[in-house]
Amino acid sequence: MAADDLALRAEVDPIEEIMELQMGPSHPATHGTIKFNLKLDGETVINCDVEVGYLHRGFEKMCENGTWTQAIPYTDRLNYVSPLINNVGFILAVERLCGVEVPPRCQVIRVIMSEVSRICDHLTCLGMASQELGAQTVAFFMIEGRELLWDIIEAVTGARVTISYTRIGGVTHDLTPDTPNRIRSALTHLRALLDDCDKLLTRNRIFYDRMVGIGAMSAADAIDHGLTGPLLRASGVPYDVRKAQPYSGYERFDFEVPVGAQGDNYDRFLVRMNEMEQSMRIIEQALRELPDGPVSIADPRFVLPEKHEVYNSIEGLMHHFKLIMEGAKVPPGEVYQAVEGGNGELGFYVVSDGSGRPYRCRVRAPCFFGMAALGEMMRGIMVADIVPTFGMINMIGGECDR
Amino acid sequence: MGLSADELLAKCREAFGERILDAHQHCEDATVVIPRDAALEIFQALRDRPEFGFNMLVDVTAVDYLGQKPRFEVVTHLHSLSNNHRLRVKIRVPEDEPWVHSLVPIWKGANWVERECWDMFGIRFVGHPDLRRILMYEEFVGHPLRKDYPVEKRQPLTEERDPIEVGWKV
Repeated sequence: MAADDLALRAEVDPIEEIMELQMGPSHPATHGTIKFNLKLDGETVINCDVEVGYLHRGFEKMCENGTWTQAIPYTDRLNYVSPLINNVGFILAVERLCGVEVPPRCQVIRVIMSEVSRICDHLTCLGMASQELGAQTVAFFMIEGRELLWDIIEAVTGARVTISYTRIGGVTHDLTPDTPNRIRSALTHLRALLDDCDKLLTRNRIFYDRMVGIGAMSAADAIDHGLTGPLLRASGVPYDVRKAQPYSGYERFDFEVPVGAQGDNYDRFLVRMNEMEQSMRIIEQALRELPDGPVSIADPRFVLPEKHEVYNSIEGLMHHFKLIMEGAKVPPGEVYQAVEGGNGELGFYVVSDGSGRPYRCRVRAPCFFGMAALGEMMRGIMVADIVPTFGMINMIGGECDR
Repeated sequence: MGLSADELLAKCREAFGERILDAHQHCEDATVVIPRDAALEIFQALRDRPEFGFNMLVDVTAVDYLGQKPRFEVVTHLHSLSNNHRLRVKIRVPEDEPWVHSLVPIWKGANWVERECWDMFGIRFVGHPDLRRILMYEEFVGHPLRKDYPVEKRQPLTEERDPIEVGWKV
């Protein structure tokens, strides 16, 4: 760079001029790689261009190059805080194409595990957001709560994050015999923790002042931007996929859809706090009515044979070989399946051409739309408010960038 | 649930007549295929007329049917919060003229998904206010979700950019 350019730049007074500031892509307060190209007037944000894509790994391309079952581990890595909901969403789309109905016990297990994941998602979001506002204690409490639930997920699925729990027509493992009791005691512990968090945060002067009225979005704007989940509900729209288009038997459970009024960061916080209580109610009802029976169908077109058949009969071996090498043959067609993810409507649009591989597997990532609206939410707020506003979007890099 | 897929499709046929090129339902999902030229009018009507009430744009994406003519389908998913029904709208786009009208004037939420569709499939959205790549970087060559883009293809390393020289668009 020429010396006179530098001299010219030194003459510009940032107080008088509009200052351009790049925040990220690696910034300690942005948990996720993301870049904000800000235009600042003093400390006020006039414009913010959000850059995403740093964690793009070609999820949709990879899915097209494997079998349907091989796509399930990729879905774990979308929203890696609540991987189970991604598993369920993807497999429900595939099952609709296959015309497969899963056994009742499997449906209820999927509901239980989805709600456990949703609580984990909200705990992570609120814990990290409150930590950034200085409430370190709350962060520790919430991570402790998440740890309780991840222990259960680990006991059931064998992994904490990369769980790949669903299969076409079922789930990989049944719950362990002590899971219901473990979940009950974890929920008791979690309620006590959340009660403490509520006392520490909800009426805390500092937290309240930092959250109220910041990043607000009206209901009409939120709908126009395609926001869903807690962001939309905080603006007062009671839209929840579990209520509007129930899947996996959600219509049988009694729960409420909490909504906010102002659509600001404080309402987003309250909606998530209340949703955790509603998720716990669903889990308790589901544990009460957990039916007995198999956790998977036995349809040989989609489900692997038992190991003793593989090792002791030629038919079993061939069946296993064909399912592994060619993949389950999903009938041609296309389907869009939406589920309520931690951040909102998580949609899978899958196209099958009848071969063993997905022809197209598109994910409608809820936080991608939240990030698209973030620029508008940020207009007019202070630099210090960027971090809580971003925190309430709960961007998960894996899901946003795919 | 609101209207069933068949009822919704009957309503579309009634409202748009011959401008609906094809309408079918599969696995309870309603799909209409519309011509590119009439797309903006139809989308506007789908949002504004109360019997449709599609106030939320759920998703915009494309599917590459390599070897078929026309090659691309731009697929838009709509959802009506008031009526609680969903509709999939497809526009067929030929390979040599890969463009459709942008939906940003109708739904603000179309902005980023259309940028992604441009980035991944190379389909231009005419009337889009800011059609840049979004997940890939500016120097990236090609459109990775096209079926003729090899999965193992590597891209050359790019020059280091001076952010101030580049003048980041804000």
